[in-house]
Amino acid sequence: MNTAINVTPAIPEIVVFVMACVILVVDLYAAKEHRVISYALTLTTLGVAMLISLYSFSADPVYTFNNMFIDDALSDVIKIAVCGITFLVLIYAREYIELRGLYQGEYFVLVLFAVVGMMVMASANHFLVLYLGLELLSLCLYSLVAFQRDSALATEAAMKYFVLGALGSGMMLYGMSILYGLTGTLDITEVRQAVGAMPLDNVALIFGLVFVLVSLAFKLGAVPFHMWVPDVYHGASTSSTVFIGTAPKIAGFAIVIRLLIGGLEDLHGAWRDMVIILSLLSIAIGNLIAIAQSNLKRMLAYSAISHMGFMLLGVLAGTPNGYSAALFYILAYALMSLGGFGMIIVLSRAGFEADELADLKGLNQRNPWYALLMMLLMVSMAGIPPTIGFFAKLSVIQAIIEVNLVWLAVVAVLFAVVGAYYYLRVIKLMYFDPPDEGVASIEAAPDLRVVMGLNAWAMVLLLPWIGPIQRVCLTAVASVMNGFAS
Amino acid sequence: MSFIQLAFYFFAAVTVFAAAMVITIRNPVKAALFLVLAFVSAACVWLTLEAEFLAIVLVLVYVGAVMVLFLFVVMMLDINLSRLREGFGEYLPIGGLVAVLMVLEMAIVLSTDDFSEQRLPRPEAHTEGYSNTKELGRLLYTFYVYPFEIAALILLVAIIAAIALTLRKRPETKYQNPAKQVSVRRDDRVRLVKMGAERKRDES
Repeated sequence: MNTAINVTPAIPEIVVFVMACVILVVDLYAAKEHRVISYALTLTTLGVAMLISLYSFSADPVYTFNNMFIDDALSDVIKIAVCGITFLVLIYAREYIELRGLYQGEYFVLVLFAVVGMMVMASANHFLVLYLGLELLSLCLYSLVAFQRDSALATEAAMKYFVLGALGSGMMLYGMSILYGLTGTLDITEVRQAVGAMPLDNVALIFGLVFVLVSLAFKLGAVPFHMWVPDVYHGASTSSTVFIGTAPKIAGFAIVIRLLIGGLEDLHGAWRDMVIILSLLSIAIGNLIAIAQSNLKRMLAYSAISHMGFMLLGVLAGTPNGYSAALFYILAYALMSLGGFGMIIVLSRAGFEADELADLKGLNQRNPWYALLMMLLMVSMAGIPPTIGFFAKLSVIQAIIEVNLVWLAVVAVLFAVVGAYYYLRVIKLMYFDPPDEGVASIEAAPDLRVVMGLNAWAMVLLLPWIGPIQRVCLTAVASVMNGFAS
Repeated sequence: MSFIQLAFYFFAAVTVFAAAMVITIRNPVKAALFLVLAFVSAACVWLTLEAEFLAIVLVLVYVGAVMVLFLFVVMMLDINLSRLREGFGEYLPIGGLVAVLMVLEMAIVLSTDDFSEQRLPRPEAHTEGYSNTKELGRLLYTFYVYPFEIAALILLVAIIAAIALTLRKRPETKYQNPAKQVSVRRDDRVRLVKMGAERKRDES
């Protein structure tokens, strides 16, 4: 056992954690009118953490903390994405929480701790660390949902989220404990070796796998473990929804990769069929129920479920191309979802939530610029070219066709067409319906306007860089597999 | 059947019985007390597994601290049980069916050969002078230092979240301000009132 621990790979986590504690104290002493300090510090922290991860980007895995911590290309990509997305989330959220009296230092501190949790998950090479990172993230998310205390809807959403989240965590622990009993280790690298040495029809192994998989489905919100998603997205204040619906999805993908591919890839034959069911049901039910929604947040929640289904298509392919397509999909989805919920924030004002579909009526007449931005986002979510949403769907579908799952690809595309209906309905409402009488004009802070514009235009303007981004995704996924080969 | 097996079955039976009572008994105070019994007998099961330190911690933390606090809360709150129990019977058939099915399924899986004693490696017996507490402490602060720190972080988040969610300024609450109390001057409290002199009534 080495006594000196190399903490260099964990510097991004340490920076975010230390700064969260600093902000907690600074906010206590800052006067009310200087509250912007904690906001500025939070943004700086996220920016710095992102830069450090970018700087230390390398394809060779580095292990530390007795092999519990791994710093490879995947963890770097996930950390950069999580910090970047959270940075934008906070810019979206600032004015919104100010107007609703949620602007407290604790809000930013909880967001930062959630980011630490996600970074821990991204770098976990040990079941225990993975679980603790997940709990750290979940605990912050539960309290962010409950932050709006005066809202009965938010409290109910937090309660549902907490109970179902605890159930999911319990399942994960049970599955992990079974795997531990069989392999005698919690270290993901060693679990992989131990599983590789076992007969693959071992019922006990599958028994543990099922519990782990179910808990992952809970956390990602895949059907049939999706019940909490619409209620939580709808009940939470939009500033929290925009956070829950973006960065944690990326971290969720990280634990799927670490557990299913890092630890249990030899069982691919066993979990592939289960993931096919999860993915197919998510795509079908998410897209079909979204049609019936009249609330924009609920509609986006069901769309999130169907997008998770698409992401799982890439995972179940079981090839490096499939995994990298899934990683690209989740990154693209986080950006689209950020814009979608961001638009609700832009259109809302004090005492009014623009979260009904009817609130979008005639947006083109009220403000053609925002209507255009929303159209870009919806087109991208529907997967219509030329947007990154299209290329994300394309690469996932390509990956499953490569492994001869053509029937699955056909079904997925059919449901994507069904899904296009409700995205296009939003565009129809904005462009062809007259606005309601006496609606107030849209006022948004300048920083919010800039971020909204950039976010929506990124759907198209990122196109020239799709090749390099996909190559980075491939490097990231390959680093997970190489890490085990060496 | 050895003594240790006998002890295990006894404690396990008590644990299951107490846990069942927790969710079926009507009185919430009694339910909390049965939970205490469940914890204590679970601690005894852990003792049979040679996890002495954890067993003692379970009793100290859960029984000694958490459940006592919980009992206070239960006694202080006026929980309307009839409203909580509304619709309980309605869900019983379907819930019971699901529970029975799950138990059966798990029994089938767990009774397969893969879970038999031969397939699962037996833990090594401890040598003489082995200290459970010492080993645990050594591992926790060296090998598992990273998860240990993250666990500390989770506790910190729990504190921050609990305070952020419950602390609110109530205008009707009256509290002292010592700084103001100390810096108060005579003029703030005592007012001199000029009055005309009054003649003492003659005692005749």
